[in-house]
Amino acid sequence: MANNTVISAGNLSKIYKRGSEEVRAVDGVSFEAAAGELVSIIGPSGSGKTTLLNMIGCLDNPTSGSLSVGGRQVFGGHKELSEKELTAVRREMFGYVFQKFYLIPTLTVEENILLPGAFYKAPGAKAARDVMGLLGIEKRSGHLPGELSGGEMQRVAIARALINGPKVVLADEPTGSLDSRRTEEIKGILRDLTRQGITVVMVTHNLDLARSADRILEIRDGKIHTP
Amino acid sequence: MNIYAIAYKNLLRKKVRTALTAGGIALSAWVLATLLGFNKGYQEGLNRDIDNMGFQVLLTAKGCPYEAATLMLKGGTGLRYMPESVVKTVFQNPEVEKVTPMLMHGVFDPNKGENGAVAAYLGVDAVSFPPMKPYLEFKQGAWFKDNKALEAVLGYEAAELETREVGDKLLIPGIDREVTVVGVLKRSGTQDDGTIFLPITAVQKLFNREGLLTGLGIKVKKEADITALENRLYDLPDVQVVSMAQVKTTIMNLVNSARVIVMGIAGIALIIAMAGVINTILMSVMERYAEIGILKSMGAMPLDVFKMIWAETAILCGLGGAAGIGLAFVTARLSEAAVRYFLPYAPNGALVALDGDISGFAFGLILAGGLLSGLYPAWRAARVRPLEAIRIEGEQ
Repeated sequence: MANNTVISAGNLSKIYKRGSEEVRAVDGVSFEAAAGELVSIIGPSGSGKTTLLNMIGCLDNPTSGSLSVGGRQVFGGHKELSEKELTAVRREMFGYVFQKFYLIPTLTVEENILLPGAFYKAPGAKAARDVMGLLGIEKRSGHLPGELSGGEMQRVAIARALINGPKVVLADEPTGSLDSRRTEEIKGILRDLTRQGITVVMVTHNLDLARSADRILEIRDGKIHTP
Repeated sequence: MNIYAIAYKNLLRKKVRTALTAGGIALSAWVLATLLGFNKGYQEGLNRDIDNMGFQVLLTAKGCPYEAATLMLKGGTGLRYMPESVVKTVFQNPEVEKVTPMLMHGVFDPNKGENGAVAAYLGVDAVSFPPMKPYLEFKQGAWFKDNKALEAVLGYEAAELETREVGDKLLIPGIDREVTVVGVLKRSGTQDDGTIFLPITAVQKLFNREGLLTGLGIKVKKEADITALENRLYDLPDVQVVSMAQVKTTIMNLVNSARVIVMGIAGIALIIAMAGVINTILMSVMERYAEIGILKSMGAMPLDVFKMIWAETAILCGLGGAAGIGLAFVTARLSEAAVRYFLPYAPNGALVALDGDISGFAFGLILAGGLLSGLYPAWRAARVRPLEAIRIEGEQ
């Protein structure tokens, strides 16, 4: 494992039981991602890419295999982490971006960005202003989500993911709800994040967006497929 | 930004639903506070009315004791008669400090109201009656000095009704005799406000009731054994003893029986409001299932989510409870008028006595009920796994 490796997955598997049938959603996936690297995960629907992203983000436990994030063994170590410890890892290491934004409609842009601070000691208003400035939404800070365009809402969601200073941003179809112009904007933002040393792992069906990454992982039937 | 601010803003998402639920809680709080206030006000009013009578035991001619008690509380003294000699007999008891004889007489007055009504005159003793009613103050004039004088003292409302002042003549219908008004009382807030007082001997003569009384008020010496006195008075022929303590207990027992039923209704209203809270908050949790999962993926602990949803319940119940109690204060006089309309006897003064203790108790009960209702939805929300939220997003 190189010194600047942030994510290191070894032989990760996720097996579901569907009645008597065993479904291997992710089957022995190993990969590493370095600090400031942009990795895209592509593959057909049901290939296991979101399941892999969830395991990397400590939202789902693998059936087997190991995962370390920022040098900390999360799965596959001597001791299984408790839910509280996993929450702590999520707080410290990750920012999540989803296709549907999930902004709270009655909170302003700034309040949505500061939302994690309601649950733990996260950076305050100054950090929120910095992040808004970075994403070009500072003039919208007092607006409600309903007053924003889709692209602006996704920027707010990205700002919310960045407020706790994560090492890794995980994005699941971040441009899935956006038109091509907004997609280009988000592509640029994700690339900017990597320049600040943040690792970005995104799942996408958009091949153009995927090609903008430093590395593409193609998943088929739960396994990494090397073209 | 804190959990409580988020909770408050969450409630604003569905304003109509929040308002309806808070309205249901407010209604329960209103019923609860009004009933508690009524219980206190009625008890205080009854005590005040009885204390204002100036005597602890009343003797009347034999008859229905409840009729006698009701007449007495409404300003009458019963319309059966007992001999005047009973005064001497009663005075022989060592527990007795003072007695005051009374003779009530009613006359039909065809000019009173639209279809005529009974005008009631209370004959009282010029010497013993005034000291028993020390709270009565005069707007004009003073008490009559002579029990035979054809004079009258009018209660505040009686004077307003008859439009009489000191020095005016007052015609007694039926017998066509006039008495001179020598005093008009200030408003006392008691049944005395509507009473026309005449000297007792004059009333006996005017209405041919010489040697007869309708009631005898007995003031007992301090620390004397009232029960022992009452037991001896029970042995007197043709009279019945009405103990004010018993009257108080009897009326309160009747009121308490009614109160149990009404409190039951208030309890049902509270349960319905709690069901409304569970429904509203649970629905809100279900609608935000994915969002709650996202909050947990952002680092919210189950306890954080629990607190957030519970805070929503607390805010909803707090606002509804406060509004309901405020409404109870605003509508207290209206509730009082409604209660007076339905009750055969209601004491004078404020009948719905709301205060800080009652408001605090009602608010606490509503809040406790609400928080209890919020436990299940909050627990459900706390159990949402972040992954489920993302799965739901994928399925949508």
